[in-house]
This record gives sequence, structure tokens and C-alpha cells, in this order.
Amino acid sequence: MRRLFRFLALTVIVLLAGCGKPDFSDAEKKTIASLSLNTLPPLKPDTTNRFADVPAAAALGSTLFFDVGLSRDGTVSCSTCHKIDRQFQDDLPQAVGVGRTNRRTMPLAGVARDPWFFWDGRRDSLWAQALTPLENPLEQAGNRTAYAHYMKARFGERYERIFGPLPDFSGIPLNASPLGTDTEKAAWNAMSGAQRDAINGVYANIGKAIAAFERSIEPGPTRFDRFALDLATGAEPKGDAVFSREEILGLKLFIGKGNCVTCHNGPRFTDNGFHNTGVPPAADLPPDRGRVDAVAQVEADPFNCFGAYRDGEASACGELRFMVKDAPELVRAYKTPSLRGAAARPPYMHAGQFSSLDEVVAHYAKAAPSVEGTSEIHPLRLSDRERAALVAFLKTLAE
Amino acid sequence: MASLWRYLLAGLGLAAVLAGILVAVYLTAPRSAQPVGPDVSRTKKTDNGLYVASFVPERGVVRQGELESWVLTLKTKTGASVERAAIAISGGMPQHNHGLPTSPQATDYLGEGRYRIEGLKFTMSGWWQLRFAISSGAGSDTVLFNVVL
Repeated sequence: MRRLFRFLALTVIVLLAGCGKPDFSDAEKKTIASLSLNTLPPLKPDTTNRFADVPAAAALGSTLFFDVGLSRDGTVSCSTCHKIDRQFQDDLPQAVGVGRTNRRTMPLAGVARDPWFFWDGRRDSLWAQALTPLENPLEQAGNRTAYAHYMKARFGERYERIFGPLPDFSGIPLNASPLGTDTEKAAWNAMSGAQRDAINGVYANIGKAIAAFERSIEPGPTRFDRFALDLATGAEPKGDAVFSREEILGLKLFIGKGNCVTCHNGPRFTDNGFHNTGVPPAADLPPDRGRVDAVAQVEADPFNCFGAYRDGEASACGELRFMVKDAPELVRAYKTPSLRGAAARPPYMHAGQFSSLDEVVAHYAKAAPSVEGTSEIHPLRLSDRERAALVAFLKTLAE
Repeated sequence: MASLWRYLLAGLGLAAVLAGILVAVYLTAPRSAQPVGPDVSRTKKTDNGLYVASFVPERGVVRQGELESWVLTLKTKTGASVERAAIAISGGMPQHNHGLPTSPQATDYLGEGRYRIEGLKFTMSGWWQLRFAISSGAGSDTVLFNVVL
């Protein structure tokens, strides 16, 4: 009898001790490994930008990224919203350049791996993306010929060492752009085709230099990656690689019942796609229909992959060539953001609609219908403990 | 003695009824009770039996999240290669309310009834469906392939 009692006591102790240890199925282990940063492949070359991996271009790009001279009133640079010490974002619900925009600034870690840019994918390359805020009246608010003049005056020699000779600027108006004020548009239209093409070439090179710099911005390993590595190798986790019971529950929910990993997959926690998840519109902003309105914009962009300013072969343009142009699910569809570092950068969603991860998790559990189009999300019964666990897990991606 | 036989008979009868109920329950149980995934075979007869279609990744493996090419091979019932077929592709994820993230197209005829399908991209794990509408001299038909990642 005593022996039996001892055996039972021992069993209980062993079971209790085992509780703190992660217990994952083989399928779960496989999914966790697929999310780990060590599965991130090397960055592919960007053949559409032949300066993408030219160090001098990246160096010029970093100068331009932080240069407030690249704006109408000399107060706004890329780094005004993409702050270097804040994961290259600004913590605001909507970005503020020269004016207030209607979208949340996106962080830049791993941005060169995106097939589409902006929340709605209205640009198809990193260099074409970099050009867009320069002429947006709410962001840098400048105009194309002014930027070209500025490059010649401020960076002429550096520019020519990288990109070759600058064009002849005689007769080029100081302020002209196809997207500017009426006066700027008129001045642009008065230019010859060759002049417009030459200025567009200089303008495209500004984007290519900035893109070359941005390629160096990559995500760094987090607590989750250290945990995942130990799990994969069977090593005993040490220090901050040890997950609490709550974090383990959160991870299990993330890759299981919560279905989060359906879209937030791979080492960047994104499928690079666009989805309507029923996120409500932000108050006081104009109507925003997401991806469905971006299709025409990317097709019309003279700097898109089919345009004259692309380097390399058109075979690099698969994303644009096989883009979905017309489908009901594009309505209010927005890009799946990476979740790396997300816990440290509220507010959330494309216009900063949610101020905390608790609100985000509550939104996905409730799965309210979309104001327009159809949400892909299904309601989910999550206890308070489970919601807190999901948030605890997300924090391990930002530590 | 006679009562013992009666008990035995009653017992047997009860057992038979129980077995009958079990069989009935087993046979009428909804199919979904058994976790049977969609048919993922890569070679299929088209819906009206006009063609035999097979659909395989051009590089042999499926890579999630990347644009890739697959090859659709079309043969007639008698095994002859189908040439100059018009092919339209649609599909999506039936469990997620959405279509394909790209618009794949038949971009090239490779000979021997083989067509290159370019621009496929499986952005998520799960159950994908690809529908082909095929039209050639032999007539029009459709076929659905399931891809589970």
C-alpha cells in the first residue's frame, strides 16, 4: 500500500513538473519552424532596379531618406514618418507630412520582400513606392522638376557617379509635374516629350537610390525566434528563450484555433496578400475602399514594372501581369501586415483604428461584418484567458 | 430448465437488436464524421468526360508564397493530345470566402497536349481549388483540382 502511494505521488510530481514544458505536436512544430526568422531566405535581387545592390546608390539613398530638402517646404523627409528609432513608423493613427494623410505609416523591416506597396498595393516596386509620397500634397508635397533641379544642385556629382550624366536642364521649368497644381501641370504639359522623359528618368533614380537603402532594413531575431530555434533543435531553452505558460498557450492559439497563421504566415508573419477582415472605417476620413481602388492606380503608374523606367527584363513583372483586377473580395481589402515588432507599435490597422492589441484580438474574435464587401473572418469563441495569451505571444515578437 | 433457454434466447435477441442499431447508426452516420480531405489527385477525367487532365507544378514542388508555373496536360478519352485548347482558370479557397490572389493564365503551348499555366500563387496553407474551363475541337468541358498545402 505504501509503495502504491509513493508511486502515485511520484507520478503527480512528474506530471506537474511537465506542465511548464512546451508540448507541441509534430504539425505544430512544423508550423512554428516555418515562422522562425532563420527560414527567411536571402533577399532576392531586384532586376527592375539595377542600382538596388550598388553601395553608392544605397548611400545616396540613405542621405535622401533623411533629407527634408526633398519636400515642398523643406520640413518633411521620408524619415519624418518612417522614424529610424521607431521601427521606421511614427506611432500615429494616420501619417502626418505636410498635411494629415488617411493611412497609418507602415514600418519598413523587410519591406524589400514585399510584392506590393502601401496598405492597398497601389505600387508594385520599392523604388516606385518611394516616389509616391514625394509628390503627394499631404506628404512631401513637392513636384517632379523641382526634385530634379534639387538633385542637380545638391547632389549633382554623387548622382552622376552612380547614374551617369544628368540631362540638359536648360528650359526645364522650376516647378512642373503631371500630378501637381494646375500651374505645375500646365508647365509639365508644355515640356517636350524628351524633356519629360529625361526628368522622369532622374526622378526614377531618386526612387531607385532610396530603395537601395531600404533593402538594408531587415527584421531582427526576437524572443520567439530563440524559442523556435530551441524547439527545432531540441535544445533546452535558456534565459528569455523560455516561454511562459501563457505565451505557449498564445502560440498554440495563434497557429491553431485562432487561425491567425492562415494569413500571418512565414517568417515575416504575412502572406503578402490583401484581405477584407471587416476592419471598420476610421471616423472623419474620406471613403476608403482599399485594394479595389488601387488596381487602376498601379496600372496607370508610369513607374510600374511595365513602364519605361524599369531596368532588366519584363519577366520580372509577374505580380503586375497576373494581378487580380476585378473581384468582389478586393473591396476594403488591405495588406496583411507583418506582426514582427507589432506589439511595440500601436495603433493598429490601415488607419490606426485600434489603439491596443486587446482591441485587435477582440475584433478578430467578434468578426463583425464589413461596412462594404464581405469579411473573410469567422467569429471565434475565445475566453479572456485565451485573448490575453494571444497578446502575450504577440509580445514575444517584439522583444 | 426451460426458463434458462428462454433467458438465453432473450439475451441473443437483445444482442441482435443492439447489433442492428449499431449497424444502422454506422451506415447512416454523416460522412463528415470521418475526416476525409478533398480529392487531391493530380490526374482527373473532366466533368463531362471529354478529356483527361493532369495538373502538376512545373518544377515538381509547390512553394508557398511565390509565383509559379504549373503544367496542365490535356488528352482526349482515346489518349490523343489536345491541341489549340482555350483555357480559362478560376478558383479560390472555399473555406475563406476568397478567390485566387493572382489571375493565372495559360501562357504557352508546350506540345503533346501540355499547356503552361503561369501566375499561380498559393499565399496560405489550406485547401485551394482550381477550376479549368477547357474548350477545343473536341468540345467544352470543365475540371476542378484541389490543392492542399
